Amino acid sequence: MEQPACGAMHPRAGVPIHYSTHGTNRHERVGGNRVASYILRRLIATIPVMLLVATGVFLLLKLTPGDPAGILLGPDASEERRLELREELGLNDSIIEQYVTWLGNAAKGDLGDSIFLNQSVTSSLVERAEPTLMLTFFSTLVALVVGLPLGIYAARKRGSWFDAGAMAIAIVGISMPTFWLGLNLILIFAVKLRMLPVAGYASLSDGLWESLRYIILPAVTLGVAQAALLARMTRSMMLEVLSSDYVRTARAKGVGEYRVVMAHAFRNALMPILNVVGLTIAALLGGAVVTEQIFNIPGIGRLLIQAVGRRDVPLVQGTVLVIATVYVVVNLVVDILAAALDPRIRRG
Amino acid sequence: MTLGERSVERPTVSTRILRAFSRNRNLLVGHVLIAIVIVAALAAPLIMTHSPTAQNPSDRLLAPGFGSEHVFGTDGQGRDVFSRTIKGSQLSLLVGISVSMLTMAVGGLIGLISGFMPRVDSIIMRIMDAMMAFPSIVLAIGIMAVRGADITNVIIALTVVNTPRMARVVRSVVLGTSQAQFVEAAESIGSSTSRILFRHITPNCLSPVIVQTSFVFAEAVLGEATLSFLGAGAPPDIPSWGGMLSESRVFLSQAPWTMLVPGAALTITVFALNLIGDGIRDVLDPRLRHR
Repeated sequence: MEQPACGAMHPRAGVPIHYSTHGTNRHERVGGNRVASYILRRLIATIPVMLLVATGVFLLLKLTPGDPAGILLGPDASEERRLELREELGLNDSIIEQYVTWLGNAAKGDLGDSIFLNQSVTSSLVERAEPTLMLTFFSTLVALVVGLPLGIYAARKRGSWFDAGAMAIAIVGISMPTFWLGLNLILIFAVKLRMLPVAGYASLSDGLWESLRYIILPAVTLGVAQAALLARMTRSMMLEVLSSDYVRTARAKGVGEYRVVMAHAFRNALMPILNVVGLTIAALLGGAVVTEQIFNIPGIGRLLIQAVGRRDVPLVQGTVLVIATVYVVVNLVVDILAAALDPRIRRG
Repeated sequence: MTLGERSVERPTVSTRILRAFSRNRNLLVGHVLIAIVIVAALAAPLIMTHSPTAQNPSDRLLAPGFGSEHVFGTDGQGRDVFSRTIKGSQLSLLVGISVSMLTMAVGGLIGLISGFMPRVDSIIMRIMDAMMAFPSIVLAIGIMAVRGADITNVIIALTVVNTPRMARVVRSVVLGTSQAQFVEAAESIGSSTSRILFRHITPNCLSPVIVQTSFVFAEAVLGEATLSFLGAGAPPDIPSWGGMLSESRVFLSQAPWTMLVPGAALTITVFALNLIGDGIRDVLDPRLRHR
């Protein structure tokens, strides 16, 4: 979810938002039941969004030109067989009936059958989950390990050459398309230097090292832009916090610089940063579609592209629905984490 | 207009932008770079040395070199990489401009309505949330899958993808300003809703909308290239940077120039647009100016 900048006007209340924990009365700490009620409220708010997402995905099928039964059977099938299949698939029911049936099945985890893969959508997604999870995990790692320290240090050294250089690199990192970066990395590290494999994927069951060799380039490819984004965001949040009164007070008290930056400033900048991390993980899911295509990784993203190419609508639907669900769940988890870290959010 | 209002002279947005050019390096560099791309796109017929689509199998994968017939070499079908890159800029800019204008209009209107009409607000915002629950490229691919590979559909898909964010930006400004004293004052002297909305609130949305539009432009150029790279964008017979990059994968070790040239053009364009976006934001949002 979007986080307004510190000091921005709260859209509803019309009061400035501040992210400092100062001013929080420590005697007012909220108990576990408040957290539980916050989580419950947040969960309930997710229901309409998920319903709309599912409706959108359902409409995807309905808006596709052509008869699904015709696509399924191919051009040589008889008219009789086509009509039979329409009946079997429930395509002659009213759109409302079809929607309710589809929604009910989707809620049970039944996303229908793929037209071309000869297996259910759910099992083909499960089969391809590991590479996508590995890719998302390692690129998040790249984004965090590179982006956070870069942003913190640039804010700390504001106006210096390091700051200017880091931010220049960051804007190039954001501007460079994932697929071009990936192709360049392949050219340098796989084709010229022959250090890493050109493309492909080794499962964890083939050994950790082998698996890592294959995932390094894709993870860097996907992680760089997010690292750049995170560095910019972290820097700007840290600057906001570092110029606040309580940081000046801490400095005046003679608190060590490291403690000022990490304990006073970073802790308070963490909330908006956490939101960005949530968005990062979610963006990586989308980015995985492109990266898996460049590196021939047999993951969910590549499955989606193949499904689109073959007009395998149930598979497109299922894949899109699963990706969107993960996206919503990641955001939910981030919000709950934020509430666990910041007493004011769960009270609000 | 009251006397009090007249006595406060604020520089207009255009003066501020002009002044900013002389002070803001980001804006200057961004505009110079994007001007080069625009000139390339407009003067493409004059600049192109060869037909961007003519295949010439005897000239396959010729290496680039100054003074040679093909400055940036040729691709796997003997087509001139330089001319194709120049031609590709037309598609990128066409999609970028169309998507950013459409997004500004549609997203802006939705944001205005949502921010000013509490009754429909929660419904509209839930729909926007749902649209934002799809990673943008996934949603764009889904729309392309339904509508088929075609430039108009690319524009539609990318507009749909970018609209929710624009709507949110406008809505939050509208909600913020509708609490402001000058709106209260306008209400108390009996101004009509439409007057308040368009005369008092809309001008306040201008800055964030301009900033957001410049980022949407960059997103759209990148989005078109990504869709074309994945084979879900422009039809293969139209030269596009994403399509060229996709084709270059096969010849990566033999002919890296087929990948380097269109990729560099794409990166420079998006980089320039991001610089402009950053620059405009610095100029229009004084709070962020010195960051």
